[in-house]
Amino acid sequence: MWVGRRLRRFEDAALLRGEGRFVGDIASGSAAMRFVRSPVARGKILDIEIPKGASVITGRDLEGVGTVMPLLHRDDFIAVEQPVLPLTEVHFAGQAVAAVIAPTAEEAEDFADQVFLEIDPLDPVVGLDNALSPDAPLVHEHVPGNSIIDSNMTTPGFTEAFEPAPFKVSVDIRSSRQSAMPLETRGGHAAFDASTGRVTLSAGTQAPHVIRTAIADVLGIPEADLRVVAPDVGGGFGQKYCLAVEDVVAVWAARRYRMAVAWIEDRRENFTSSFHSRDQHYLVTGAFDDDGKLVALEADIRCNVGAFSCYPVTCGVEALMAMAEMPGPYDFREYSVRARAVTTNACPIAPYRGVSRPVITMTLERLMDEAANRIGVSEVEIRRRNLVTEFPYTSVMGLVYDQATYIESLDRAVELIDLDGFRKEQEESLTKGKYIGLGLSTFSERTGYGTSAFAARSMDITPGFETVEMTMDPSGFVEVRVGASSHGQGLETSLSQLVADELGVRPENVRIVQGDTDRTPYGWGTFASRSAVLAGGASKLASHDMRAKLAAIAANELEAAVEDMEFSEGSVKVRGTDVAVEMSKLARIAYHKSNQLSLGSTPGLSVSATYDPHGTFSNACHAAVVEVDLETGAVQIRRFLVVEDAGILINPLIADGQVHGGVAQGIASALFEELVYDENGNLLTTSLMDYLPPTMSEMPLIEIEHLVSISDATITGAKGLGEGGAIGAPAAVINAINDALRPLGVVLNENPATPERVRRHIARAQGA
Amino acid sequence: MKHQVTLNINGSEHEIFVEARKTLADAIREECGLTGTHLGCEHGVCGACTVLMDGQPVRSCLMFAVQCNGVPLRTVEGLADGDDLHPVQKAFWEHHGLQCGFCTPGFLMLATSVLEQEPDIDDEALREVLSSNLCRCTGYQNILIAVKAAAEEMRG
Ligand code: FES
Ligand code: FES
Repeated sequence: MWVGRRLRRFEDAALLRGEGRFVGDIASGSAAMRFVRSPVARGKILDIEIPKGASVITGRDLEGVGTVMPLLHRDDFIAVEQPVLPLTEVHFAGQAVAAVIAPTAEEAEDFADQVFLEIDPLDPVVGLDNALSPDAPLVHEHVPGNSIIDSNMTTPGFTEAFEPAPFKVSVDIRSSRQSAMPLETRGGHAAFDASTGRVTLSAGTQAPHVIRTAIADVLGIPEADLRVVAPDVGGGFGQKYCLAVEDVVAVWAARRYRMAVAWIEDRRENFTSSFHSRDQHYLVTGAFDDDGKLVALEADIRCNVGAFSCYPVTCGVEALMAMAEMPGPYDFREYSVRARAVTTNACPIAPYRGVSRPVITMTLERLMDEAANRIGVSEVEIRRRNLVTEFPYTSVMGLVYDQATYIESLDRAVELIDLDGFRKEQEESLTKGKYIGLGLSTFSERTGYGTSAFAARSMDITPGFETVEMTMDPSGFVEVRVGASSHGQGLETSLSQLVADELGVRPENVRIVQGDTDRTPYGWGTFASRSAVLAGGASKLASHDMRAKLAAIAANELEAAVEDMEFSEGSVKVRGTDVAVEMSKLARIAYHKSNQLSLGSTPGLSVSATYDPHGTFSNACHAAVVEVDLETGAVQIRRFLVVEDAGILINPLIADGQVHGGVAQGIASALFEELVYDENGNLLTTSLMDYLPPTMSEMPLIEIEHLVSISDATITGAKGLGEGGAIGAPAAVINAINDALRPLGVVLNENPATPERVRRHIARAQGA
Repeated sequence: MKHQVTLNINGSEHEIFVEARKTLADAIREECGLTGTHLGCEHGVCGACTVLMDGQPVRSCLMFAVQCNGVPLRTVEGLADGDDLHPVQKAFWEHHGLQCGFCTPGFLMLATSVLEQEPDIDDEALREVLSSNLCRCTGYQNILIAVKAAAEEMRG
């Protein structure tokens, strides 16, 4: 068996030698495109002055080019249209207004500095609270109240359950605006090929097929005229999933001027103009009965989505996910929710690892801790009384939860972190004036969902399925072409392991091809913790078809029954005998002696399969131990534990790496990272020095234990796990801080808990 | 105005003509065609562009090519000896010290210089040095494990 082995990755051989090919490497030497960006958050474009000798593209040049307008088909959604380059008005500071093309990046930058944008500034709408105030200006005239989505749902029995409940516990949770901040910024290289008339766009993207559709639609060209390649991609975390208008301009220019041109964003642009996320405010009240059972939940969800809607998922993605997945791993039957996607003059949002679930989890887990205090039960007991225990379970929003280990992971985490021991230590510490705290975070992670889940959001473009094409060539090597598009997740290795087991070959003999619209079947790319489940599932199905073809040829060769064919170590054997034939010989026959194939079988060895499941839920319990320095407000994480269940792990080495990276981003959300706008809508955090991503010094050792649920919601038994770390960690850390500071009466429901913010809360609690 | 500069990278000489404002990183990537050295910020913060200059780690985005005339430089492309990977490369591979691989060249160069200069460096000092570079994918845990394993291997 190859599945389950900690195989080192095939991807690494080139990356370790500096032989990876990232967009910036492909771009090296070609003409450069530099964007001139709006210096103000909102204003009317009066004039664009172009310096002598510069070639500059503005909105006027893009005549006939469409706009970007992702759609949801629902009454509570208002579509907004984003021009590729604006003609009349700018909507956020950093919005691309013009593009300069020059032979080198330096010259393009020089010219871009000389392009003068004459803009008449208008009053911008900055921040959620301002946008929702009754006298707020409108960001888009046709969007009343600045609410692009305003969705409501109340179960019929809500009031009856909510009103009489003896305990009402409220939390007011704010999450700051954050950036996924991949270490490689965005970029694209568009090259025109005169011999075919096609353009090849090499772009840092997570979804090459989706991007091709988007660009072809906006430019009004056949998709066949465009090839999109995702070369090595230096991290994405969601930021590289949605369409970059800059890529549209690059492809347009490559076609128009029959040239090769590249735009490579600098770090400042990545902060001002690449998708942000998680600027959210939730007001949630839980109604608990005398036993601490949550009977009803009321939620008011507000997401600041910025100026436009991201393609293809739309800016509804955060609000609608929050609405649907708010119940998390907890059982309650009555729910009243209002979810709004609020437009402001800020950079647009897009999904970032976990999307709304880090905030959902922080909300529910703060709620559980606060309820435990009010009702007088332990933080473990309140969770045990409310976690879902029977599967399959259908949530109040109609989501079906498959087999999972909610209670087991909680119990195991409590045991491993030694909660009782910790409480004693905490008491002692307090007598010495030391404030330490422990926080738990129990959550589920919906992964690997197909079209049915996306259709529930009424998306015009409904992602979900994944198709795999598999070929065994005449030499017996297997090529697997997938629509998923890995960018650090090690998909090439894990899929090879899976296919190797299915076909009885070695993983080295399986090559995974991805990230190229010319070579791979239409697929949705890599996001939403989906690739192992979906591309894995489709690979498994394709392998079955491949086996059937090989078995038929082998049975014929070995003069035995097809049912008796057994696949192992590169051969096909007659079960219970040592009569065998090598797979490479079968491959030769399939191609070169097809005259010998039985009637009705086609020459060659090619199959294809599609997988489109409803989805599955991974789950985990995180536990954090922190120490808070009252003087400085600094929070130090002393221990961080993850007990998680993602079903069967294809490659535990890669799986643990995903947990580490996710937890790091979760801790970053909880303690450090924040995008700050001033009151004029200018971003203040425009460098890594201001944004403060954690270094090794800030990261604790992460202890991981895996549990394994066997779920039939996924045909490989693998559940996704790419996002879990980021989903659970903020809640664990914020709960731990609250636990540490409870003796002082501090309640902190905001992230990041920067020293300054922690100090402010302490001072407020002390009445200073 | 362009200046003639000789960059000595991994033992090979590259004669280039560059403007004074050309950074070392851009010269290595564009003029010498060695694209293993990456740019994550161009502000001296992320360390993806780390190369060794006379054995010392430097941020090549903060240096100008004209400052490096004739100085021995090492980049990620020079780490392996033919098919034999450097112990630091091997350890990163074995311990999954990279995911997207964008920060990796910078970390490899940083770690190599530390271990060459201070083979017995203790954990705390090592963490401190490795904190000069940023990685967005790994959470650093496996990078630390890999560098410690390489240290052991290099001590023999
Ligand atoms: S690119 Fe040089 S430090 Fe970031
Ligand atoms: S591996 Fe992606 S930034 Fe380090």
